[in-house]
Amino acid sequence: MYARAKYLPAGDKGLVVEFGNSISKDINIKVRSFALAIDNAGIPGLLEYIPSYRSLLIIYDPLTWEFKLLVNRLKQLEDNLSMMQFPNPQIYCLPVAYGGEYGPDLYFICEHTGLKKEDVIKIHSGVDYLIYMLGFTPGFPYLGGMDERIAAPRLNSPRGKISAGSVGIAGSQTGIYPIESPGGWRIIGRTPVKLFDPDNERPVLLNAGDYVRFYPVSVDEYYQIARAVEKGEYNVYVIECAAREE
Amino acid sequence: MPFLRVASPGLLTTVQDRGRFYFQKWGVPVAGAMDEYALRVANMLVGNHEDEACLEITLLGPEIMFLEAGLIALTGGDLGAVLNDSPVEPWSSFPVEKGDTLKFTGRGIGCRAYLGVAGGFKVPRVMESKSTYLRGSMGGMKGRALREGDELEVDKQELNKSFISVQAPPEYRYEPAPPFVVRVILGPQEHAFTQRGIETFLKSKYVVTHESDRMGCRLDGPVIQHKGEPDIISDGIAIGSIQVPGKGTPIIMMAERQTTGGYAKIATVITPDLWKIAQAKPGDGISFTAVTPEQARSEYIEYENMLKKLPRKLAQLQEKQWEKGENKKLLLVRVAGKEYRVEIKEL
Repeated sequence: MYARAKYLPAGDKGLVVEFGNSISKDINIKVRSFALAIDNAGIPGLLEYIPSYRSLLIIYDPLTWEFKLLVNRLKQLEDNLSMMQFPNPQIYCLPVAYGGEYGPDLYFICEHTGLKKEDVIKIHSGVDYLIYMLGFTPGFPYLGGMDERIAAPRLNSPRGKISAGSVGIAGSQTGIYPIESPGGWRIIGRTPVKLFDPDNERPVLLNAGDYVRFYPVSVDEYYQIARAVEKGEYNVYVIECAAREE
Repeated sequence: MPFLRVASPGLLTTVQDRGRFYFQKWGVPVAGAMDEYALRVANMLVGNHEDEACLEITLLGPEIMFLEAGLIALTGGDLGAVLNDSPVEPWSSFPVEKGDTLKFTGRGIGCRAYLGVAGGFKVPRVMESKSTYLRGSMGGMKGRALREGDELEVDKQELNKSFISVQAPPEYRYEPAPPFVVRVILGPQEHAFTQRGIETFLKSKYVVTHESDRMGCRLDGPVIQHKGEPDIISDGIAIGSIQVPGKGTPIIMMAERQTTGGYAKIATVITPDLWKIAQAKPGDGISFTAVTPEQARSEYIEYENMLKKLPRKLAQLQEKQWEKGENKKLLLVRVAGKEYRVEIKEL
């Protein structure tokens, strides 16, 4: 982590506030604190921001702000950052049908790691993954904390179409595809839960700073849940954490 | 009642407004018009709010049959528009009648034209925008490009509003003439490149490749040298961001860019020059010149001020034309719950 944040121009209406140059919980907490500080400060002329692992891209109105003056204003926020109060994180429990038609690459993970199918599932569903950021496609969570024992390389040639809800592994990362898209991750299962629904009042299910926990379900259970999701009758099981995990 | 029918869709015709803002923190791309300048002028020419939805027409235009009378405008690249076989003045609004046909002969000056209609196109707003996000299959016409047989309605016709055709004053019209010189602000990751790499970037001529689309304009040309690894920890991408992946040639991230990405970004195109990227066709030349954030800001203020003045200038032009008797007024009036179009001419 840098002693002081770096303020970098990203065009005539973009400004990057960078807190470090690695993926770590502490740096990411800074990013999220800063986003919260912006929300609370109500600074005019700040249009939106994109938080990521270790920085925040702020889009501002150049008619309101000169780059240097905005940097000075944001430095004031940075100075008071340690006082931020976070809401308690939540754990989103997502059902996953592992293997078979929904997880065509599960056998590859087994081959690659020498682990049995049951063990891969147990390891993958045995951790709460921190959502570092959302990006790439609507609602795509960048998750941290996967066990290195089930790490596996990407496909040599990406698939043209990966179904929405597919759960994959790429290197030591795991993630979920919220919409049908091309991709090179190894697909080990699928969740019937919708991570992105533009017609919903809350279009994106997950938030940066919260956690994802996968739990295995059978194909029958998958279908039951999928039907409930379609009818709008399914509520994702969410666990409220008592306090922030440092 | 539909306003127009697509007789043939052209290469890629989509409904776009200025974009889907405020959801980027959730990973939702902005989409919207590639050439926001041309979109805003098209809307102003027909008296719309500058953020209304227009058709974005790419290279080979559609064939459109009008099912109702109305006022439309064409701006941006000159793709050879003809209304019932007569060429249409670029950067102007003009009335169309029921049964009129608009075609594009593919003149190919520039890459994208914008067709606006008084009242705007009626498509559902998805997450507060009418823009089509093609990769996400959302917004616009059912999340996709227009197809043969599609019909579009006009959103809201204001009552007692006059329809007078008008052309944007010359200082508001550009004619895309490659090669383009594009102004950029260096950063946010210019430190990821060697001094030589930055010189290569600023002193070379690049050529737009065929892999370019609404997401990114991919360039071919001299390889830009990174200091170390070309990959960075994924972070936010602004419009006009110039990524340089390991291959060493730049990609300018445009309307349908993903919100975050993991390639080092050497520079960002300034807003008043984004139209040049939107209008650059495969094979066109592009070179870059660096400006300071301060210079960029004064350019931006001038750009916005100029656009702000346009509606008044157009109103003055319309008034003059009306006085000279060169025009007619079309009024939409409502009598006993029924709407009528009334054409007014001075005797």
